[in-house]
Amino acid sequence: MSTVKLTVNGKSVSATVEDRTLLVHLLRENLNLTGTHVGCDTSQCGACIVHIDGKAVKSCTTLVGQIDGANVTTIEGIAKGDQLHPMQAAFRDNHGLQCGYCTPGMIMSAIDIVNRHASDLDEETVRQELEGNICRCTGYHNIVKSVLDAAGRMKVAQAAE
Amino acid sequence: MGVEGIGARVARKEDKRFITGRGRYVDDVKIVGLTHAHFIRSPHAHAKVKGIDASAAKDMPGVVDVLTAQQLVDDKIGNLICGWAVSSKDGSPMKMGAWPAMAPDTVRFVGQAVAVVIAETKNQAKDAAEAVVVEYEELPAVSSMTAALASGAPQLHPEAPGNVVYDWSIGDEKLTKDAFSKAANIVSLDLTNNRLVPNAMEPRAAVAEYDEAEEHFTLHTTSQNPHVARLVLSAFYNVAQEHKLRVIAPDVGGGFGSKIFIYPEEMVALWASKKVRRPVKWTGDRTEAFLTDAHGRDHISHAEMAFDTNNKILGLRVKTHANFGAYMSLFSSSVPTYLYATLLSGQYNIPTIYAEVMGVYTNTTPVDAYRGAGRPEASYLVERLMETSARQLKVDPAELRRINFVTQFPHQTPVIMAYDIGDFGASLDAALKAIDYAGFPARKAKAKAAGKLRGLGFSCYIEACGIAPSKAVGSLGAGVGLWESAEVRVNPVGTIEVLTGSHSHGQGHETTFAQLVAGRLGISVDQVQIVHGDTDKVQFGMGTYGSRSAAVGMSAIFKAMEKVEAKAKKIAAHLLEASEGDIVIENGEFKVTGTDKAIALPMVALAAYTAHNLPDGMEPGLKEGAFYDPTNFTFPAGAYICEVEIDPGTGKVDIVDFVAVDDFGRLINPMIVEGQVHGGLAQGIGQALLEGAVYDDNGQPVTASFMDYAMPRADDVPSFRVSHTTTLCPGNPLGVKGCGEAGAIGSSPAVINAITDALGHNRIEMPATPGRVWEALQLQQAAE
Ligand code: FES
Ligand code: FES
Repeated sequence: MSTVKLTVNGKSVSATVEDRTLLVHLLRENLNLTGTHVGCDTSQCGACIVHIDGKAVKSCTTLVGQIDGANVTTIEGIAKGDQLHPMQAAFRDNHGLQCGYCTPGMIMSAIDIVNRHASDLDEETVRQELEGNICRCTGYHNIVKSVLDAAGRMKVAQAAE
Repeated sequence: MGVEGIGARVARKEDKRFITGRGRYVDDVKIVGLTHAHFIRSPHAHAKVKGIDASAAKDMPGVVDVLTAQQLVDDKIGNLICGWAVSSKDGSPMKMGAWPAMAPDTVRFVGQAVAVVIAETKNQAKDAAEAVVVEYEELPAVSSMTAALASGAPQLHPEAPGNVVYDWSIGDEKLTKDAFSKAANIVSLDLTNNRLVPNAMEPRAAVAEYDEAEEHFTLHTTSQNPHVARLVLSAFYNVAQEHKLRVIAPDVGGGFGSKIFIYPEEMVALWASKKVRRPVKWTGDRTEAFLTDAHGRDHISHAEMAFDTNNKILGLRVKTHANFGAYMSLFSSSVPTYLYATLLSGQYNIPTIYAEVMGVYTNTTPVDAYRGAGRPEASYLVERLMETSARQLKVDPAELRRINFVTQFPHQTPVIMAYDIGDFGASLDAALKAIDYAGFPARKAKAKAAGKLRGLGFSCYIEACGIAPSKAVGSLGAGVGLWESAEVRVNPVGTIEVLTGSHSHGQGHETTFAQLVAGRLGISVDQVQIVHGDTDKVQFGMGTYGSRSAAVGMSAIFKAMEKVEAKAKKIAAHLLEASEGDIVIENGEFKVTGTDKAIALPMVALAAYTAHNLPDGMEPGLKEGAFYDPTNFTFPAGAYICEVEIDPGTGKVDIVDFVAVDDFGRLINPMIVEGQVHGGLAQGIGQALLEGAVYDDNGQPVTASFMDYAMPRADDVPSFRVSHTTTLCPGNPLGVKGCGEAGAIGSSPAVINAITDALGHNRIEMPATPGRVWEALQLQQAAE
């Protein structure tokens, strides 16, 4: 067992967990943050992606004990109150989701993609960068559209800040 | 019609919860006292279970109990059923072995459960499972149909000699033989339709709870049809009585057919919740999904088409072997028969067809309906054959199709189906224009100059949806009716709830169904709530599969709405002192035509519930229900064209363009329809290029994870060009045909036809991986 301190969606959390506890389990079982999903057992699907210190990470492959002191953001933590994150809004407006199961991971991954590709984001880059996220419903067409749309919106939002 | 009515691209009402992480899937359900189940599964494809020793496991921390197959038998829990009776040519009923939810004496595929550990936490259940000792005596296994049908092959079930479930046929053998004897040309083809794993992203899960005082069960489960689950669990499995069982299918993360069936794990969880007197949760992991979710497709076929001197089709002859895996799953028997062979006429005038289908047991995961279910196999066969024929007969593939298209409707095919309406030429024309067919030779030449091989392939598919007229399917052996129900409740304040037996697991019903109601009344979709997926709320329903929710589910809502509107008009006429016939509904108001007299919907609703001033003899309230049973299948159809480029150095296939033109009848929400097509196309392209479940000769699955089974990723598929032509379906009040499966049905033949065009020969099977394509290219060079 080990005790770790984390910041999750802006709140400090302290948890004593078995050494084998994965971040996704801490989020879902202990913190009731069930928006982060599990879609596989081989670190392939990306349904579990969260941000650790601002970077997209697969929480199914992260031991809680590895990230003492980290700042974790989940899908539940990206909207500002009632105001959706531009990526969330773009997924809704472009029909970037169907069953919604892959969606939290897609959105968290996509925000990171846009952050890393300030100016050079095109369809091909988005498709390559989404390699670690599997969606069985949408055929990716509208996900790619959503990400490109959000990239524009995020730029506008940043300029306004 | 309001701006949010039928035909509007309304953003989805359900999205907010999904994009903010507030969706509620089965694994999100938490109950006080919850325990966790982990199944012990066979590592062998075929073995006798000699004994199970759970004594050490029972003493491990947190273990509540270890339940074994024998206890299921002792409790007289029923075996899993197959709900569609199909007879062989000789009239004998299909031959089926028993499928117990956990195997007491013999296991017949890798992953079949023999026992289950129930513990306080998931990890404790998994730890204890390691300590359960199961003694097996291995038996020889058959993993392919060829091996299963060989003489002296190991037998799976004593009930099914030779591992044959049925030997079925459809059509007229003699007439077809005569047609072939008169043929100017005969084209033949051997094809394999590869086995697929549905892989909805949410694994299957169940949370079962037993209330001792009430003797009542609640089951949260990943189901496309919770009412069917309740019916089967009570009527056949003997786990709970129907009125003492509530089944809830909350948010479900994709289904594609795989969540129609009532699987062993869900049933065992329910049974176990009473056994251990604690709520039980089971959530499958991805490996379990690969091992135990019903797989799809897996056909081997030989097909021949006969043509006259004018290249008109004279007849079609097909022989198919269909792999059912180790047990007959719920609707498995119907998939390679009534959902497959009845579509072998494609979009064409074919005077006579004869098809034989042999269903075969193997030591593999059971096979059942997967997106399209039988219809993708039919369209793959017919469309590969058409393309092959065009090349052999040296006719343009578009032209060969066009001269054989059905153009008069209704059209009775020789294989049961009666096509109600369509315009196949219109879809093909639109697709040819979109792809710039005339410009293809130039594009091909340009690619060649760059060292690439370009190819173009067609697929003019047709499918039967709107499943299905109850009487018709009953006469073909179905164990259930396939109508749908709806209830429309107008609340006293004028907001509306629609209860439907359809289930939404990605299709967007909470939006499209609301659009129907909102459009009719001229109100906002926000005033309308769609309630589904809970047997305590919705009285009954047949659920969602076979692209049936618009054509059947919405038609039921339409009927209920007509009744609600008729009553509301009577009330409005009474309150406005006008005649009922003069009342029209506009913008949420009941108006007297030609006057400025009007009363708003909330006032009519309130009047219905206060009942202070209703017409004489009228019952209070404003709520109506309806059952809708379709009169025919619907027939979505379309033309897909795929253009590929092959790198001869690596064999890698790039889809450079994909055009899909579909005729779905009336579109409720074009944005959602396009999304359904995109998803289907990716699955069909996945089948053509990437996916395939592989077993070794001993029945060991070698593709049981996302590391080994290639799912389409974002960079494997292109952006699609999707458009529509329209003929309104005459069979239902909305004129809709259904759009959920078309993409998966039509796309794989288009891709493979494009590859064979680029290769210049036909010797390629799905999935056309770079390795296979490269080998096919070497064949070509060797021949040259
Ligand atoms: S659950 Fe983390 S990658 Fe699939
Ligand atoms: S929306 Fe269902 S898996 Fe992506």
